Amino acid sequence: MSVPARAAALLVAVAAVVGLGIFVALYYIGAESALTTVHYTASNGQVNVMLQEDPQNDSSSKPNWVSYYVQDPSTKNWVHTTLFSIPANTKVNVTIYGYDGCTPLRNNYFSQVLGTIGNTVTVSQFDQHGKKYVSGKTLSVINSWSDCNVAHTFAIPAMGIYVPVASPNANLSVKDLCSSSPCTPSGNPYAVETFSFMAPSHGGVFRWQCLVPCGGGYLDGNSGPMQTEGYMTGEMDVVNS
Amino acid sequence: MTAAQATQAAQPPAEPRHGLRIFAIWFVLALAADLLIWLVWYPHLPPGDMSDSAKHQQFDIAVLAVAAAPVVIAVLLYFIYSIVVWRAKPDDDGDGEPIYGNTKVQVAWIAGTSAIVLFLAVFGTVELIGPAGAGAGEGPSPVWKLAGKETAAWSPGGNDMLQVQAIGQQWDWTYRYPQFGGMESAELVLPLNMPITFHVTSLDVIHSFWAYQLGVKADANPQVDNVAYTTAKQLGGFTVRCNELCGIWHGAMYNYGRVVSPTDFQSWAAGMQSKEQSDGVLSALPSYALTYDPTVIPQLGKNLVNINQITGAAGLYYPPNDPVTP
Amino acid sequence: MAIEIQSELAEPTGRGPRDWAGFRSYWLRPGIHTGVILAAVGYILGHLLGNFLSSGYQQNVHSDANDVPIVLGYALGVLGWLIGLGVFNDLFWLVLGRQRPPDTHLSSVEPGLGKYFRYTLDHKVVGIQYLFGMIGYFLTGGLFAMAIRSELLSPSYHLIGANQYLMVVGEHGTMMMMMMSSVILGPFGQYFGPLLIGSKRVAFPRLEALGFWLTPAAYVILLSGMLFGGFPTGWTGYEPLATQAKQGMDAYYFAFGLMGISMILAGFNMIVTVINYRAPGMRWSRMPMFVWSMFTVSFLQVLSVPVLVGACFMGLMDRTFQTAFFTNQLGGSSFLYEDLFWFFGHPEVYILALPGFGIIAEVVSVFCRKPLFGYKIAAAGMLGVGILSFFVWQHHLFDSGINPDMRPLFMLTTELISIPTGFIFLVGMGTFWKAKIRFSIPMLFALAFYFNFLIGGISGVFLSDVPADTTEHGSFFVMAHFHYTIMGGLIFAFMAGVYYWLPKMTGIKLNEKLGRIHFWTMFIFFNTTFLPLFALGLMGMPRRVFEYARNLETLNDWVSISAFCLGGSILIFLFNFVMSTLFWREREVGNPWRSRSLEWQLSSPPPPENFSRVPVILASPYDYGIPNALPVADLNPPPGVIAGAYAGAAPQAPQAPQAPQAPRTPGTPSSAGAGTEA
Repeated sequence: MSVPARAAALLVAVAAVVGLGIFVALYYIGAESALTTVHYTASNGQVNVMLQEDPQNDSSSKPNWVSYYVQDPSTKNWVHTTLFSIPANTKVNVTIYGYDGCTPLRNNYFSQVLGTIGNTVTVSQFDQHGKKYVSGKTLSVINSWSDCNVAHTFAIPAMGIYVPVASPNANLSVKDLCSSSPCTPSGNPYAVETFSFMAPSHGGVFRWQCLVPCGGGYLDGNSGPMQTEGYMTGEMDVVNS
Repeated sequence: MTAAQATQAAQPPAEPRHGLRIFAIWFVLALAADLLIWLVWYPHLPPGDMSDSAKHQQFDIAVLAVAAAPVVIAVLLYFIYSIVVWRAKPDDDGDGEPIYGNTKVQVAWIAGTSAIVLFLAVFGTVELIGPAGAGAGEGPSPVWKLAGKETAAWSPGGNDMLQVQAIGQQWDWTYRYPQFGGMESAELVLPLNMPITFHVTSLDVIHSFWAYQLGVKADANPQVDNVAYTTAKQLGGFTVRCNELCGIWHGAMYNYGRVVSPTDFQSWAAGMQSKEQSDGVLSALPSYALTYDPTVIPQLGKNLVNINQITGAAGLYYPPNDPVTP
Repeated sequence: MAIEIQSELAEPTGRGPRDWAGFRSYWLRPGIHTGVILAAVGYILGHLLGNFLSSGYQQNVHSDANDVPIVLGYALGVLGWLIGLGVFNDLFWLVLGRQRPPDTHLSSVEPGLGKYFRYTLDHKVVGIQYLFGMIGYFLTGGLFAMAIRSELLSPSYHLIGANQYLMVVGEHGTMMMMMMSSVILGPFGQYFGPLLIGSKRVAFPRLEALGFWLTPAAYVILLSGMLFGGFPTGWTGYEPLATQAKQGMDAYYFAFGLMGISMILAGFNMIVTVINYRAPGMRWSRMPMFVWSMFTVSFLQVLSVPVLVGACFMGLMDRTFQTAFFTNQLGGSSFLYEDLFWFFGHPEVYILALPGFGIIAEVVSVFCRKPLFGYKIAAAGMLGVGILSFFVWQHHLFDSGINPDMRPLFMLTTELISIPTGFIFLVGMGTFWKAKIRFSIPMLFALAFYFNFLIGGISGVFLSDVPADTTEHGSFFVMAHFHYTIMGGLIFAFMAGVYYWLPKMTGIKLNEKLGRIHFWTMFIFFNTTFLPLFALGLMGMPRRVFEYARNLETLNDWVSISAFCLGGSILIFLFNFVMSTLFWREREVGNPWRSRSLEWQLSSPPPPENFSRVPVILASPYDYGIPNALPVADLNPPPGVIAGAYAGAAPQAPQAPQAPQAPRTPGTPSSAGAGTEA
């Protein structure tokens, strides 16, 4: 090949390789950036974080895993992400809507509430017709082994916060559970749980995860959604204000 | 000029004693390095001396460094010497001396390296056996045990062996104290100056319990009890990290523990035990065992079939008529 | 005749460019393009078959993920790739009972680049294919390393997500460990093995070429794991995390198993070639040290890699068909995987290290212009390392909870293995004694090899001591140790080999100035990158983590910046390599290093059959400094000599000195053994 032909071939090859590298870097390795972060702002030193966890159903895009959703405070839409940010040095009030059915914990130690203010959560349970059959009970333990009332947990281990998330009542069959995500209270059985904790005074990224093995079809139940950010595990970003 | 003087002048200068030169320089440097390592660096060597296993490891690393430094200095010095002294002059195209080998040098080298290696092997074995396994996990049937009284209930003072179970689960560490009713805690608290046995196990995949300042490392395998021993010698905090890749949050799987005085430890542990008893957590836990099979939950009994039908999102890697999955 | 390997795009001579017959004979012959097409077809068929077989499994329904189509897709895809390349064409012709027409397009005589993209039987073409392949795989692995170091710049701010970080760590480690086991055996072993022993060919050219063509398949399959979210286990693939993992894990097991098969084939071929195809007079005591290292490594491959292939297969079975080999709660054992993997894993690291020793022995002898000091000790060192490497694998498992009674034994064997490893240093140091050292670029890399491997080897002794290992296991100390031995040893030796042998392989030499810049930047930045890792490990930073103690941030930043600079130096090498082979093309024919070794007595590149007549080996290639040394071989021996040698008679060494002086037949040029082929 003549020199110009070789030079052209080399340039094309370099462009292809560099282009492929950038593509892989952005789309596969940097895929985290595809998840949005929901930002919460404080008012009167308090932040209200709204989360919900949905059962495995066919409505979300494949894979149809169990998943957490975070509510955007401005639009009130449920965003399919698990990354959210709160300002530092505030009191964080968390409300979790639990739509998924119950599953026993792998380690029942996490049936107890740790790290929240008062070490308690307040739980209400509703059936699919809207009837409230548990109203505002304050609990410090929701025993996932003796009765079937825990679906998932919300834990921030670096802050010592471990909260079992209540499920709708055990006397339901799976076909009553919410089948279209993001779930809404009307027509679906659910539990509402509230608790509060103090955000740390310095900024940082804290991972949070569920401690119930809810990855169906994976050995030990701990893969799949349990190991994919945007489903059952995520990050809480504490932002210095 | 006489013939004798001429031949003398024509003789090349005597070949310097390279071996002697190298040896002399080496001796000085190696001695200096060894003294530096032993006297200056040794007290600061990781992992420190917060526990007796850490102290023994510190000693080991110091001895290894003292043995290794002369070897490293010898080889490096030789190479530097040779590339300085024996580099080819720019216009010299000839060959070097045809030396194929030297039996004495070869034998000396083999003997020397074998002696160092055998010494280190014996030393390592002694240091492994003496400090009861040197903080390494020994599996379910440990061979080198720590002396201590095995008691059902632990009390400070005396030689009671404290048993702590470190449970690794994806992705957090919890600790159970069988001598305090099997109470579980997310915080590792240990007493000072008393023998400790760690039983490390896992509930799902392989983790590894690494208490860095205590010099303890034991893999947490599912259905396996891995025993390690140590005795804490200083008060203070220490880090516990997971040392075996266990999934997405392996890098974030760490927490902090602390060593407190035996009486403080007794009151903390007894307090935790009574608190967990009163709020029903202790009865909710499975009874203490050296390993756990989380696929079997006796408390759930016949409710389990109903639960599977409700959620179906519970592992189910193996079909339901195989071992029950939680 | 110097062969032009980068000449015009291949057109059979005498035909016009738009000739249909010419086009057909170029594009419709099997090659990489047909391989890719049939691989895609195979993957699709396999995927459909897998879906048909297993979509009803409850495990697949619950997880919404099915591993069986992926695995079957890979399997049929690889089969399609090989069929498309024409690997089985000879077999098909044989089965049909017909004689296959000889394909002259594949010999290294054929001008053009086409032959490098086809399945060829010429070991020299395979060697060049390996060279380019290995450089490509190394650079890909290196890019992943840059991503890892970017993430580790900060302990708390995360550039990439946690799962993506694990994916990158796994891809980097596996790409390097999988592929670099052939980084010297491939390019230089396949190319120079036969040349160094005086043979015209390898014993099993088809197996050799198959071994090469499996490597791009393994490469693509490993990278395809990224499409599925990667694999979370790192290069060791520990169970039961591997059974638990998502679909990317299949890519790891399949690619590693495939590469294992490639290693077994290459090793097998090399063993038979070295034993059976040595020229007359090539006694074991005259064999170049590089061939000794290839020979030992090939035994390691053939004996240890099948264990890996078995472990990968069992892992795939656990993941796809719900067996429970490694699942503790059903009676399997995760320790079984650890043992199988490390039984392979430890010989694997010696497969990586030993070829480096071989190249360095060659380079050092030539550039000191002295015989190799202690030839027998060097060979004993290679063999000793090889044999002992099978007896040390437990040292990866000191803390694992496996029964501890054997720990003192494995500590002893691991410490013992440093004795034969030390022989390499003895041989090198002895060769430097009263030598005439020339600092060519290969020699610089050899010196750097000694420096790096010294640090790496000594840190290995630290790790073999069980108490010290309690702190160091699984930390960055181990990371520093193996990067020093593998990258500091193997890759530096590879670079030495490239600079030393590229003139022989292609007739082109690499630019000298750029080469020196490359050497100095690579050596300096390599050490500034990996030396602090010893400290990081001892200060408590485990491997494969993206969050670390805040007080270690400065050191990590230093390491990361150094790593970027190291990447830059590798880019300098790439620039030098590409520009020298494509544009500058500084000719180098003949014997620029004035080496006595047999391959340098031929033209650059060597003729297609290597030797027109099987040579008779007269002396060792290391006989420097002897005034009346025999040339290493007689390249034009009289006919009777060969027959006599093959009949089992002793090599005609005493008679041979007469041969160069007295022409046997008029008109036959008397070759003194050192002339190049005209």
